[in-house]
Amino acid sequence: MTAVPDRAKRPGPTIVTRLMENRHLGWAALAVGLVAPFVIATPYAMNIMTSAVIFVMLAVGLNIVVGYCGLLDLGFAAFFAVGAYTSGLLATRLSWPLLATVPAVIIATALAGVIIGGPTLRLRSDYLAIVTLGFGEIVRIIANNLEVTGGPSGIYGIPGLFGAEAADPVVFYYAALVIVAVAVLLAARLGRSRLGRAWRFVREDEDAAEAMGVHTYRIKMAAYIAGAIWGGLAGVLFAAQLSAISPASFTFLQSALVLMAVVLGGMGSTPGVVIGAVVISLLPEILRDLADYRFFVFGVLLIVMMIVRPQGLWPHRSRETARTAARSGES
Amino acid sequence: MLELTDLKVNYGGVTALRGLSLTVREGETVALLGNNGAGKTTTLSAISGLVRLAGGDIKYQGESVAGEPPPAIVARGLVHVPEGRRIFSTLTVHENLLLGGYLVRDGKELARRLERVYELLPRLAERRGQEGGTLSGGEQQMLAIGRALVAGPKLLMLDEPSMGLAPLVVAAVMEVIHDISAEGTAVLLVEQNARAALEIAQRGYVIENGRCTLEGPAAELSADPRVVEAYLGKV
Repeated sequence: MTAVPDRAKRPGPTIVTRLMENRHLGWAALAVGLVAPFVIATPYAMNIMTSAVIFVMLAVGLNIVVGYCGLLDLGFAAFFAVGAYTSGLLATRLSWPLLATVPAVIIATALAGVIIGGPTLRLRSDYLAIVTLGFGEIVRIIANNLEVTGGPSGIYGIPGLFGAEAADPVVFYYAALVIVAVAVLLAARLGRSRLGRAWRFVREDEDAAEAMGVHTYRIKMAAYIAGAIWGGLAGVLFAAQLSAISPASFTFLQSALVLMAVVLGGMGSTPGVVIGAVVISLLPEILRDLADYRFFVFGVLLIVMMIVRPQGLWPHRSRETARTAARSGES
Repeated sequence: MLELTDLKVNYGGVTALRGLSLTVREGETVALLGNNGAGKTTTLSAISGLVRLAGGDIKYQGESVAGEPPPAIVARGLVHVPEGRRIFSTLTVHENLLLGGYLVRDGKELARRLERVYELLPRLAERRGQEGGTLSGGEQQMLAIGRALVAGPKLLMLDEPSMGLAPLVVAAVMEVIHDISAEGTAVLLVEQNARAALEIAQRGYVIENGRCTLEGPAAELSADPRVVEAYLGKV
């Protein structure tokens, strides 16, 4: 709603929008990520930065579901958990190398996507949100009560990404960074593909899309499964980073934080969601000096940001409309 | 080309169609007239596979298509322009048209069809990069029709294309529909604006309470006192 007067105010592409249009910005962001350990490489900093990178992966995965396809998922941590547990169980109980668990994780999370998505994707908006919320809790509670998942204390002794010994945090950070960068790139590609276009049609108007021959149920399922796989792979990284996982890591709060990153950054916009994820994961750490007040300040900052910039930090359309509008005169 | 026999549709406990039959012949424009709630929109939704039939059959080119999912029906060339246009207001005109070509996998063919739509509807070409929501009502209707044309319809079903448009714009929209039918596409036109619809149609049906109560050539219908009384008003 606010987008229209906002655009009318703006005469042409400003420096900011022109900067946002720059295609090399993604590489610049990756470069920042690559250089960061040279600036600060304390174990604490490496830990925080690795968590941020994994969080980016989660947010990009949820962005496929919420941003591209417009399906409100309040239980995204379920897929994160399925990925982390599948990988952790295979690595500890069956002593698989962690990397070898990746295909199994993809299959398990895709299956979880089908099981959760199958009944829920026939529902719309609010109903879907409530049911996904329920499923998120179910997965956590199952993990909490099954013996094989270690109950409330979870699984520990998960090997590192490249072997039994936990690798140097800097090495792990770089590995995570590269994996997540590839995942972000793939998600962005997917968003621009024919499937991505179908997602946007479904998001904008499901009935019109259906009337024009888009198989909406299958399309939504594809978004759900893709999101699930991204979430699951983030779970593998998470398990490798911490070497121990427990149900406490996969609460509703986690789902809500990932959703917050997507909304804050700008739904459907890859650079926006990456920034949103970095902000959401780093802000509480930056605010650590405020001790007990930090989550209070965190909350206030989020509210202020949503009031000042409801479309997100880096909204999806700003880039395309600016460019197509500029071009429509020439073509 | 298209034959509906004894079509029945229920919404929960409410019966929308109670045995509706009609035919559309190759290349013909057929008007579907009737009051609110008569079952006009339901008829189109039934053909498109958007609602489930409680009875009756839909035959397209001799084959039953009843019960097929919407994508299969669109692929057969039965394309529906829904009521209220339903364009994507936050996507550009060009992106909107791309939805129509969703089932067209051949890139060259798609480009050719888009080009043809831009030729037929030059206003859309001018506004190619503009968001759908910034278009006027008439342009939005043109966009909805253009989107359907990209799908390559053999039978185009239009639901109330004149809704909420100024008389001059209605004339322009009807002109476009006339052009489309002149190129050989059959048209099934649902309209409240009976006068405008009967001007471009060859035949018409009047629907009441989920049944066809009158049918005949457009000229005959416009002269029929019952139609004049109920839908055209006395001049």
